[in-house]
Amino acid sequence: MTNYLDFERPLAEIEGKAEELRAMARQNEEMDIEAEAAALDKKAADMLKDLYKSLTPWRKCQVARHPDRPHCKDYIDALFTEYTPLAGDRNFADDHAVMGGLARFDGRPVVVIGHEKGNDTKSRIERNFGMARPEGYRKAVRLMDMADKFGLPVMTLVDTPGAYPGKGAEERGQSEAIARATEKCLQLKVPLISVIIGEGGSGGAVAFATANRVAMLEHSVYSVISPEGCASILWKDAEKMREAAEALRLTAQDLHKLGVIDRIIAEPMGGAHRDRTTTIETVGDALRTMLADLGSQKGAKLLADRRKKFLDMGAKGLAA
Amino acid sequence: MNWITNYVRPRINSIFSRREVPENLWSKCDECGTMLFHRELKDNLNVCTSCGHHMAITPRDRFKALFDGGIFTEVDVPEPLADPLQFRDQKKYPDRMKAALKQTGEKEAMLVAAGEIGRTPIVAAAQDFSFMGGSMGMYVGNAIIAAAQEAVKLKRPLVLFSAAGGARMQEGILSLMQMPRTTVAVQMLKEANLPYIVVLTHPTTGGVTASYAMLGDVQIAEPNALICFAGPRVIEQTIREKLPEGFQRAEYLLDHGMLDRVTPRTQLRDELITIVRMLLGLSPAIKGDLPAPTPADTSDAPTPST
Repeated sequence: MTNYLDFERPLAEIEGKAEELRAMARQNEEMDIEAEAAALDKKAADMLKDLYKSLTPWRKCQVARHPDRPHCKDYIDALFTEYTPLAGDRNFADDHAVMGGLARFDGRPVVVIGHEKGNDTKSRIERNFGMARPEGYRKAVRLMDMADKFGLPVMTLVDTPGAYPGKGAEERGQSEAIARATEKCLQLKVPLISVIIGEGGSGGAVAFATANRVAMLEHSVYSVISPEGCASILWKDAEKMREAAEALRLTAQDLHKLGVIDRIIAEPMGGAHRDRTTTIETVGDALRTMLADLGSQKGAKLLADRRKKFLDMGAKGLAA
Repeated sequence: MNWITNYVRPRINSIFSRREVPENLWSKCDECGTMLFHRELKDNLNVCTSCGHHMAITPRDRFKALFDGGIFTEVDVPEPLADPLQFRDQKKYPDRMKAALKQTGEKEAMLVAAGEIGRTPIVAAAQDFSFMGGSMGMYVGNAIIAAAQEAVKLKRPLVLFSAAGGARMQEGILSLMQMPRTTVAVQMLKEANLPYIVVLTHPTTGGVTASYAMLGDVQIAEPNALICFAGPRVIEQTIREKLPEGFQRAEYLLDHGMLDRVTPRTQLRDELITIVRMLLGLSPAIKGDLPAPTPADTSDAPTPST
């Protein structure tokens, strides 16, 4: 059963009709509907292509948040072997919104860290919808330190609406924790590779994505503020999220033009959630390429290049 | 001229003219409502003489009070690309910029200066909340990098006064990228073993708190300053409960171990001199009034601006 997004409703109708026809045909063997059903299938495929050919920024946000989109855990399970989760920040707690640990990528030991949103009500609550608390960032810092010490590349998978805005999170220093994680990213002498697989929500994403190479899935988004948040501040109306999404330039395509990200990873037609296996494999290929690019470089150069990359950012606008 | 013009006219005038106190002479404390004479308020660094409430102060006024003799040299900040996203909400971003410029007389939300405090050479940077909420865009990022580079070049500590609603939405992702950029600036100071002192002023929130404003060697805040990542309203909407009294205020953060000190603005200068001199291994500062240094002492740049 597909979960349709609101703009996919016409598509849902056609696919529903084709499904109905086939169900009827199964009950009544004399009916010959295959030609009709095939026509509907084709119509649906064309419509899907049409819808996804030029998704508006707001629709991209919806696709990026799609509940069936592969999440961090799916990538780790499929792309890494011997994944050994490591827990806790050694101060207060283990944050389940952030998963991470040791693993092998193509046989090579690495440290993998990412936000996990969960895939059903129970796990979503347990994962706090991918919104990390200070403990999550401090766990990440701890894992990055370990990677640095033992010369292991770090791979981060970013998928968060943002850092958790809660009472305890603030009391325990949410901002300091994010600042320290970003700082740590800028101190590592090992390759740091980041893929934004869904939502790159503000500071909560930067804390993991201050990397040598940053890739984004085709329909993922990365922004300083959610379109809803921006709309409620600048338009004084949260319902203006479409306009805000447009203005913020949060799509992978715009960010690539701005030089903020290094590559765009293509998604299967109709978005990552329509073909999870292919998406995960493509992300694996991108990780492989990026690691190969960086793998043989010396630590000091990796560090200097990473810092320079961010210092130089902002030279390109979208004007031209 | 007779008694009529002398006596009656002013009375008639006073009937027709507005009776309000001229704005430039008196201001009202936001907190206790006391009317404060402007000169007195200015002498007290915009701190209410009645209740001690800290009102906003512009970077320029702050620097005049901070640096010896009110003398400082502005540090040049490289101009970033204007309106990189061609951002438009209900207004165009360049129009918002023009309005802010007109309102504040400043070209952006941060001022960087070199000078001496208690005969101790420092570089200072101050954020201007009155300029688009002090928001951190590419200019503010450039300013912090310029401040750090100047400090490293002159081998001086950097004192940074933060005040911002957060990142500047009109610069989208490029404002977010100032978090790593300014963090690199802080690293330049750390690697040169130079003190980096942050003074958090009201309010310091969002991406600013989550980058350079929380990475100081010493973290000081002005009393009652709001300091947070997510603002109280956002949190109340998320957790749907009332927040405790004083939540996210300087004293609350001090209690929760997030700050070193909470220091009234009127005592900040002395405290900064004391801390900076100890971190630099210098002898204690001479207390009391010092004659203003000659402009040539403050920097190698020829013309000081005040």
